[in-house]
Amino acid sequence: MNQKQTIKIALAGNPNVGKSTLFNTLTGLKQHTGNWPGKTVILAKGSFSYKGKDYTIYDLPGTYSLLSNSTDEEVARDFIVFEKPDITIVVLDATTIERNLNLALQVMEITDQVIICINLIDEAKKKGIIINENVMMDKLGVPVIKISARNKVGINLLLDTIDRMITGNISTTPYQIKYSNEVEEKLKQLIPKMDKIVGDDISPRWLALRLLDGDESILKTYMRRKQMGEGEEKSDGYK
Amino acid sequence: MCNNNLISLDQAEIGDCIKIKRLEVTGTMRRRLLDLGFVPSAKVVAVQKSPLGDPIAYEVSQTIIALRKEESSKIFGEVVKNESKTDD
Repeated sequence: MNQKQTIKIALAGNPNVGKSTLFNTLTGLKQHTGNWPGKTVILAKGSFSYKGKDYTIYDLPGTYSLLSNSTDEEVARDFIVFEKPDITIVVLDATTIERNLNLALQVMEITDQVIICINLIDEAKKKGIIINENVMMDKLGVPVIKISARNKVGINLLLDTIDRMITGNISTTPYQIKYSNEVEEKLKQLIPKMDKIVGDDISPRWLALRLLDGDESILKTYMRRKQMGEGEEKSDGYK
Repeated sequence: MCNNNLISLDQAEIGDCIKIKRLEVTGTMRRRLLDLGFVPSAKVVAVQKSPLGDPIAYEVSQTIIALRKEESSKIFGEVVKNESKTDD
């Protein structure tokens, strides 16, 4: 492993769950955080170091989904799919977990390098919400950490988990949604074909799901990027 | 209750709690509604009508979302009467 390279981390989450607050806590930057939706229109980028490793962290736009094709969702989705962060942290609001888990499951379909961060844990406590992160971890197959980005609770545990994931001391097995028989049958046919096209670049299952959903944009973007990249790489004796 | 008493969300009275059975919306809007929590078996409460009766605000997975008749008339469910919302 190349330790000199900076490690790429993406922050994903619903609008207004405290992604930017966590971003600021980690980077020490004073990026403006506001209490209204749609604030992070483009990516904010910052860096920090922990245990001798350098990290670059990207604050993605807040979205409920990665599928509805608004600009925000496209920015967030394309980043996770094509820029392939080493770790994607999905930030959830502890007081509205149910709503937030939709996005978490979607991210877990795209990548298995996921950490789930349950933010606003102090707010939840005030409301009498008790969260058993161990049960969630068991069910979801990825690390689940309770934090309060504002009051700097749980940040060290988060950093430690990031570090251990990067060094390969934590392996994840993200929960994969099983769809209806009809869909799973089609997936069986599509996945080998996707595998041939994208290989390890994108999860073939996820890409097949998008095609079944009628969304060809990802495949098209992939082909375009591949063509652009091929000029420089000349990987094998094709010509 | 028999299962033929499906109503669309726009027919709900304020305070009604409706358990969603199906969505007849298609395309991106369907996806969007699903993402916002309008999924089959989810419970939705009609909380407020705008002065002209459209849109109507619904509480869905701990948030208030207003829908126009255009969409709400295509979301169907059954009324599960519980005026005072018990926590789940």
